[in-house]
Amino acid sequence: MIIVPCPNCGPRNSGDLQNCGENISRPDPSTASLVEWREYLYMRENPAGWVTETWYCRGGCRRYFTIQRNTVTNEIRGQEAS
Amino acid sequence: MGKRPPKYSAAALVKHGLTRGDWPRMWRRPEMRDSYDVVIIGAGLHGLATAYYLAENHGITNVAVIDKGYVGGGGSGRNTAIVRSNYLTPEGVAFYDRSLSLYKTMANDLNLNIMFSERGHLTLAHTDSALRTMHWRAEVNKLQGIDSSVIDPQEVKEQAPSLDVSENTRYPILGALHHPPGGIVRHDAVVWGYARGADHHGTHIIQETEVLDINVEGGSGPGGKGAGGKVTGVRTTRGDISAPIVVNCTAGWASLISNMAGVPLPITTHPLQAAVTEPCKVFLPTVVVSGSLHVYVSQTDRGELVFGASVDPVGTYRVNGTLEFTEELAGHVLELMPGISKMRLLRQWSGLCDMTPDYSPVMGFTPVEGYLLDVGWGTYGFKAGPVAGETLAETIATGRTADLISSFGIERFTHGDLVGEKGAAAVGH
Repeated sequence: MIIVPCPNCGPRNSGDLQNCGENISRPDPSTASLVEWREYLYMRENPAGWVTETWYCRGGCRRYFTIQRNTVTNEIRGQEAS
Repeated sequence: MGKRPPKYSAAALVKHGLTRGDWPRMWRRPEMRDSYDVVIIGAGLHGLATAYYLAENHGITNVAVIDKGYVGGGGSGRNTAIVRSNYLTPEGVAFYDRSLSLYKTMANDLNLNIMFSERGHLTLAHTDSALRTMHWRAEVNKLQGIDSSVIDPQEVKEQAPSLDVSENTRYPILGALHHPPGGIVRHDAVVWGYARGADHHGTHIIQETEVLDINVEGGSGPGGKGAGGKVTGVRTTRGDISAPIVVNCTAGWASLISNMAGVPLPITTHPLQAAVTEPCKVFLPTVVVSGSLHVYVSQTDRGELVFGASVDPVGTYRVNGTLEFTEELAGHVLELMPGISKMRLLRQWSGLCDMTPDYSPVMGFTPVEGYLLDVGWGTYGFKAGPVAGETLAETIATGRTADLISSFGIERFTHGDLVGEKGAAAVGH
């Protein structure tokens, strides 16, 4: 079980939320090349260690927020609404 | 090249029983050399199959298979051992069917009993849309000569009498895709067979040696890595190896290895949990899969029920079991087979899956010369092992992408030419 700290709802079981994956900077769709755009769509760093990622509080306040999670231990630190 | 290992046979068994001599080791623990023609990272089913076919089909034996753990300690020893070829895309069907035919002759080819039980495979449909996908798959399959058809609930009951096909369940069974050539295989034996075969040809299997870096020269990225570069070898915990060809067969850890070469992958790593019950009298004659209920189940020759599920929703490298999984699994299995409610779970475990966006693998050449991929095996790596090894060995030996894997290259993500296999490769959609 992973306990995720929602900024509004407090600590919740990860099953109540949705993990939206690691944060990636979105290229400007009007200027990005096809290759850049598809890299943004598909390529992931998928690190073993600390990752900055977005969660969606699906079963609660329905807000998106960012946390840092260690993908090896599932330890969590930091949290901010996004 | 080592001495040919004594053939396993009834006569050998009698002889060993009478003389009580030791059986020779199935593979050696060789000293690592400082250069090889091919270095394969990952001594699981895919890495060892690739090494075996490189030697057997192409005579390339100056090969090292390196693993940070032990032979078959990752997904190869953690999967639920199901094989089938009733996929959705024509590319997928052709590929997995070749794998199934290699499995059929494998016990003879490798001189090891892999306990292939060709018992048939049922994919249940609980919704109209699932039933439509089953019809779609059946037609694609038939077109390519695969024995696969949609059957109604009564026929499902005949195949697997323990299933509840009544209309009073939460998710009534509306029909199923029946695939008689599917079945289960002793997964460890397959790994051991390939390891023994590759070792016999002179391939070095080097365990407990972690690859720390992949050496690349002339690339466009930091440190000369990345696109346009050329592989020169790998750095390991036991020293450097120079090699013109490095193959990534590391499944759940694929991204970590690939990032060392500067080749990002469209992969996220998710654990997949499985569980097994105490043994009981054999009552389940086929493999049963339910996409809507996120579960697949088969009964081993020992009588244990083996359950698998969909991958955990949160990507992580941690392989611990969770209560959510056990609860959900039990609920869904009892929905299918209410009669087994008194059975106890013996144990549960978890393995890492390298999930791709389209549920197809990523295989073949990359923008880095000499660096090849055999990753993105998600939840279907075991059934693909033999054909993946065969086609990858052909690709390495000929320098040309094998026909069967020409749609699975990493460039498909740049071209937007994905091979959508989710309808047939995933449960839980």
